[in-house]
Amino acid sequence: MPTPADPAMNYLEAFGEKAEAISLLTWALLILSIAVVAIIALLTAAGVTMRRTSLAAEDAKREPVLRPSGGLSWITVGVALSTLALFASMAWNAYTMAAVNRPPRAPALTIEVIGHQWWWQFRYKSDDPAQTFETANEAHIPIGAPVRLEVRTQDVIHSFWIPALGEKIDLIPSQTNVTWFEAEKPGVYRGQCAEYCGQQHAHMAIAVVAETPEAFQAWRVAQLHPAEAQQGGLIEGEALFQARCSACHTVRGTLAGGKLGPDLTHVASRLGIAANTLQNTTATLSGWIADPQRIKPGNKMPTLDLQASELGAIRRYVQSLK
Amino acid sequence: MAVADSDRSLELQQSGAPARERLARIWEGEAGLRGWLSTVDHKEYGKRYIATAFIFLILGGLEALVMRVQLAGPNKTLLTPEQYNQLFSMHGLTMIFLYAQPVLSGFSVYLFPLLLGARDMAFPRLNAFSYWIYLFSGLFIYAGFVLGYGPNDGWFNYPPYASMRYNPGPNMDFYAIGMILFGVSSTAGAANFVVTFLRARAPGMSINRVPILTWGTVTASFGILFSVPAVSLAFFLLWTDRQFGTDFFNSGQGQPLLWQHLFWIFAHPWVYVVVLPAMGIVSDALPIFCRRPLVGYTVVVLATVATMVMGFGVWLHHMFATGIPYLALSFFSAASFVITIPSAVAVFAWIATIWTGRPVLSTAFLFFAGFIVMFTLGGVSGVMTAAAPADQQLTDTYFVVAHIHYVLIGINVLAVMGGLYVWFPKMTGRLLDERLGRWNFWTVFLGFNIAFLPMHWTGLAGMPRRIYTYPEGLGWTAVNVVTTIGAFILAAGVLLLLVNMYVSRRHGAAAGPDPWGGPTLEWATTSPPPTYNFAVIPAVASRHPLWEGSLDESGERSSLQRGMILDDGKEMLTTTALDAEPDAIQKMPPDTLAPLLAALAATALGAAALLHAWIGATIFTLLLFAALLVWLWPQRAMGQISEQAHV
Ligand code: HEM
Ligand SMILES: [Cu+2]
Repeated sequence: MPTPADPAMNYLEAFGEKAEAISLLTWALLILSIAVVAIIALLTAAGVTMRRTSLAAEDAKREPVLRPSGGLSWITVGVALSTLALFASMAWNAYTMAAVNRPPRAPALTIEVIGHQWWWQFRYKSDDPAQTFETANEAHIPIGAPVRLEVRTQDVIHSFWIPALGEKIDLIPSQTNVTWFEAEKPGVYRGQCAEYCGQQHAHMAIAVVAETPEAFQAWRVAQLHPAEAQQGGLIEGEALFQARCSACHTVRGTLAGGKLGPDLTHVASRLGIAANTLQNTTATLSGWIADPQRIKPGNKMPTLDLQASELGAIRRYVQSLK
Repeated sequence: MAVADSDRSLELQQSGAPARERLARIWEGEAGLRGWLSTVDHKEYGKRYIATAFIFLILGGLEALVMRVQLAGPNKTLLTPEQYNQLFSMHGLTMIFLYAQPVLSGFSVYLFPLLLGARDMAFPRLNAFSYWIYLFSGLFIYAGFVLGYGPNDGWFNYPPYASMRYNPGPNMDFYAIGMILFGVSSTAGAANFVVTFLRARAPGMSINRVPILTWGTVTASFGILFSVPAVSLAFFLLWTDRQFGTDFFNSGQGQPLLWQHLFWIFAHPWVYVVVLPAMGIVSDALPIFCRRPLVGYTVVVLATVATMVMGFGVWLHHMFATGIPYLALSFFSAASFVITIPSAVAVFAWIATIWTGRPVLSTAFLFFAGFIVMFTLGGVSGVMTAAAPADQQLTDTYFVVAHIHYVLIGINVLAVMGGLYVWFPKMTGRLLDERLGRWNFWTVFLGFNIAFLPMHWTGLAGMPRRIYTYPEGLGWTAVNVVTTIGAFILAAGVLLLLVNMYVSRRHGAAAGPDPWGGPTLEWATTSPPPTYNFAVIPAVASRHPLWEGSLDESGERSSLQRGMILDDGKEMLTTTALDAEPDAIQKMPPDTLAPLLAALAATALGAAALLHAWIGATIFTLLLFAALLVWLWPQRAMGQISEQAHV
């Protein structure tokens, strides 16, 4: 079952200005590396086959020892050429470092990224408190504009990484790291925690949804809305949610204000659940709520021992949080 | 330094049978278990180091194979996440600490006195001690693992995940205390290598006539002496953080990043510690099979030393993604490029040796030729990670896992295997089988490349490392299947080597003193050598004492049959540091259980600290001092009789 994000995480293919500069450098170094290995392998193989005197180990002590001259020029020429290639790479490296160090234009948006064992909290910052909101595991950004990221962690070290959009940046306790990225084309870009952070380090994926500025604006407005008041069949689900889930999860506009787990105000609009471990479908959602420890052993959401009817009611309520 | 009576005869003598008998009586230890435990013979410990390191290689290999089965497909459930995390942590620390460096120490402990024409290491008891405490530190960490408390935060052990708050079990304490014990071992061993190198060379073996393996080991030993304190301290502070609530690495007053600096300022030099002696093995042994001296001895030695010195200035390249300032990033990135230049010197020296020599394609030679190419591959992938922006993509992906394996298997394991084919005959008197050897080489070489060459791609395709499973549909499945197949082929190759050693130890062809026509002193004595190594102390007149007949290097001739016999007691000649002029006759200590007891007491002290058993800790500290007292207790036979006249 593919996780809800494409393209894959191959970073030789890039989709933003920053990642492109890096992937170009990576390609150049890769090709140079392959060439160097090919040359050395050929030189070694040719030397072995052309110069060999015997295939039998016991002949070693019978072969006379000589000291033909001319060896040192191999070292001089070889090291001179290697040094040239190295210095060329260094120059390209320095150029790329400077190019990706700062965004080319003022960032359109600042997202605060907060790492948790084992999920991501995204806080969209704004000078106007009414314009800030929070989401989890899935960030939306407008295309064609640099986005500033302020990353920090709530617990251990993690690393934020969207390969197609640029490099990793570690989330380290007691410091805030700042970086930026930019997407050129609309799409869903997958990322994953890249610094080992404990049992479920493997299941800490990120989806970055890049969309046109208009679509992004619409998404943003929708996210700013608190959850609607529930009626009818969902009231029971909401009550159960308040009783069983609200200690850890927030649903804005309701009494649920827990901080230990992801904000679920618009969880139904997201592509994946459990830090994108599963696609967001009725079946996976039921499975997760019924037994999160089976799906992601060790994660911080306890198994709640719900009755089948309770499970259905909660699941329907959660699915209404669009 | 203990100096023997100087007015007795030190005439050069021919070694006859009576002298050999006298020497044997003086040098041979007790038989039986007690003799086995109390011996201080470096050859014994060399072999024990190698055997122990191989056992850890096998354990680490089995751990890897289990991981590879888990990773052979997406969403596999053979292992729980915690089991996987303990396995990858144990695998990494086993291979890096308990295999890669000790196995090279084994070669050096065995070979140093033989290469240098000495009768033992400068400090034979310290040598025994560093072996025992290495063994016990390994057992200590494995005891945790067997009890279900294996380290689970990787060999790099970053806090705060390693702190009490996130890791309340004793897992990390086993690791921290085990590593402190291990640090004692590597430090003691390093000091011994340095002093032996400086003061125990045969007369005439001036500093520019020393085999490269000893240069590699001594350079690495300086690296150990300067880097291990950082990691021992770090692990100690981590332990106090965990047990007594100090706050060095937590996010209150402390700095999690401080750990990374202390760790990598140790662990990057450590990379050179586990490759420089291996490069030395190749630099010394490849020329034997090319029937010519190594091309560029002097530049290779300088390159060795330069690598180690620069190796202390690049640790930050393990931290390129931690948000360090731009200026530091630029500096460490550039330094990491430059450090490859000395490696290029070595590669071209080896290639030149092949091209201007006439290679005999023994199994050992095949390992060394394969080594050259794998060395290059591990080197260029290293250059890619030196480029900071590229590394910020590559780091913590399988690309880096591929890179470290090309370094550790390509440079360390291949050199060690080739080295065994060369020196196993010296150690046992029997040749390893060459036919099985070819099979051994090709399975290892192909298995290794099938497993790890595609892994570069796994990394470029974005697979992060240290994940216990991965989803379908990201293009990672096929490469992982190939890697798992390759891993099993590689394991089969290692098995072939073990079979070869097992069979040949009894049934191999007799080696004779010098099966390969080698240039250096170890080939001048019998295989295996007598306990006293050389009946007469050799006097050396060139870099290749056994090749002087063909090379005519200096006009003078080394003297291997006539020399000082030193059979008045357990004695060794010490010489001056640069020119290796005879300086003093040193009394050598007899066998003793003291180093073993000291190591046991130190380990028990560690265990008591782990359990907070403070009374036990006090007792074991006292026992440790008691063992040291026994060790150092003055003995008349060891005393200085009169000061040698200074010339
Ligand atoms: C059969 C041979 C081997 C196989 C199949 C193998 C496989 C692996 C695997 C699967 C990992 C874990 C990667 C992860 O989860 O991130 C790993 C990591 C590692 N291996 Fe090996 N390995 C082998 C031999 C070696 C050897 C001989 C050495 C060193 C001498 C070595 C050193 C390491 C190190 C240092 C790590 C990093 C551990 C970490 O991530 O902290 N491996 N290896
Ligand atoms: Cu993480």
